[in-house]
Amino acid sequence: MIRVVLPAHLRTLSRSGGEVELEVEGPVTQRSVLDALEARYPMLCGTIRDHVTQQRRPFVRFFACGEDLSHESPDAPLPAAVASGAEPFLLVGAIAGG
Amino acid sequence: MSKVKVLVGTKKGAFILTSDGKREQWDVAGPHFGGWEIYHLKGSPADPNRLYASQTSGWFGQTVQRSNDGGKTWEPVGNKFVYDGVAGTHQWYDGTAHPWEFKRVWHFEPSRTDPDTVYAGVEDAALFRSSDGGKTWQELPGLRGHGTGSHWQPGAGGLCLHTILLDPSDPQRIYIAISAAGAFRTDDGGQTWRPINRGLRSSHIPDPEAEIGHCVHRIAMHRARPGVLFMQKHWDVMRSDDAGDSWHEVSGNLPTDFGFVIDVHAHEPDTIYVVPIKSDSEHYPAEGKLRVYRSRTGGNEWEALTQGLPQSDCYVNVLRDAMAVDSLDSCGVYFGTTGGQVYASADAGDHWAPIVHDLPAVLSVEVQTLP
Repeated sequence: MIRVVLPAHLRTLSRSGGEVELEVEGPVTQRSVLDALEARYPMLCGTIRDHVTQQRRPFVRFFACGEDLSHESPDAPLPAAVASGAEPFLLVGAIAGG
Repeated sequence: MSKVKVLVGTKKGAFILTSDGKREQWDVAGPHFGGWEIYHLKGSPADPNRLYASQTSGWFGQTVQRSNDGGKTWEPVGNKFVYDGVAGTHQWYDGTAHPWEFKRVWHFEPSRTDPDTVYAGVEDAALFRSSDGGKTWQELPGLRGHGTGSHWQPGAGGLCLHTILLDPSDPQRIYIAISAAGAFRTDDGGQTWRPINRGLRSSHIPDPEAEIGHCVHRIAMHRARPGVLFMQKHWDVMRSDDAGDSWHEVSGNLPTDFGFVIDVHAHEPDTIYVVPIKSDSEHYPAEGKLRVYRSRTGGNEWEALTQGLPQSDCYVNVLRDAMAVDSLDSCGVYFGTTGGQVYASADAGDHWAPIVHDLPAVLSVEVQTLP
């Protein structure tokens, strides 16, 4: 079970709780986790990554295990602690503005 | 007794203000979608319970919200706006070619007859349509593709398609306006388009009378006389008596003819309203006096409407989609400011009072007159 923590505005939009638990088939990567997240909550399509290019939106960051994984390949394996459910995968709205 | 519902989009959420026909006591509901920019929300003329809202965020992009119960509850619908074919390029601020990129929906215009059909004016400028209540969106590519699209250039607020007018007498005719490309018209339901900017004169472009490049801020029409259009351009208030084929200036005695909003009285096709703003570099009213100007002659002769509006130290702006009228017997006029006030007049502008005065900056105001 993969644990995903959404930023507040996306929790409201998806009417989900503070932490979402997802079943992910196959390798646990940014792409497979986001695919599973969007399948469960279709209203999140386009809010984390672009509909067409699938690029991460610039002000959305991906953190896990104390590391910023935003610039990792979307197909790179996520840390084992995320894959095992010991640690959550954090979607973070970047600090921007004063 | 009739009821009035004012739909307010702000920088930090949507608000719905409701009153009976007297328009004295108001109920304020909201914020809906708190913290998100709500560029625009509008109800379907065919089903007033059907509302569409443009919810946007610099972080999370565009969401479209739909209500089937007059704004009590909402559901997100489709937010996939993909340009038709190869998107191509338009002009950037520095004159270089810039790829077309979807940023947000500025304006929703629901069909007059079908609650599931709605048009969306977007940035970068294009017109989309949904025929399934907002679930899916298709571009009407003839607008960007008619020939001048690659020369369009953004205004200060972006390359936005902000005005959509559906001709009530001819379902095939639609007018749109883009900052800073100008006004365009289709007579075949959106397949083919042509610029309708003859008579506009804009000193900030190399050829002041060019076919395109004019920073049109807003266009308004009266439903009983759809061939007559009124325009607030960047500078100049303009009028067309031939469906946009030609325009002439009707700024007349306005203290400044810069501004954003323009609207028409619900029952008097020659009574129009503007809010003059001092200049394009000073986006606030001249002399710190918030004044609506009304012409009862279709332009040129204007009177200041000030009763109930601040007449000192007022430095707010009134953005292009932030004025609307109701259709009660004594026409109500409404506008919102960047200072968070929504003002209402129940007597066609003679007297004003704030409905609310501490909302986030107001981006849009629409009105529904309900039985």
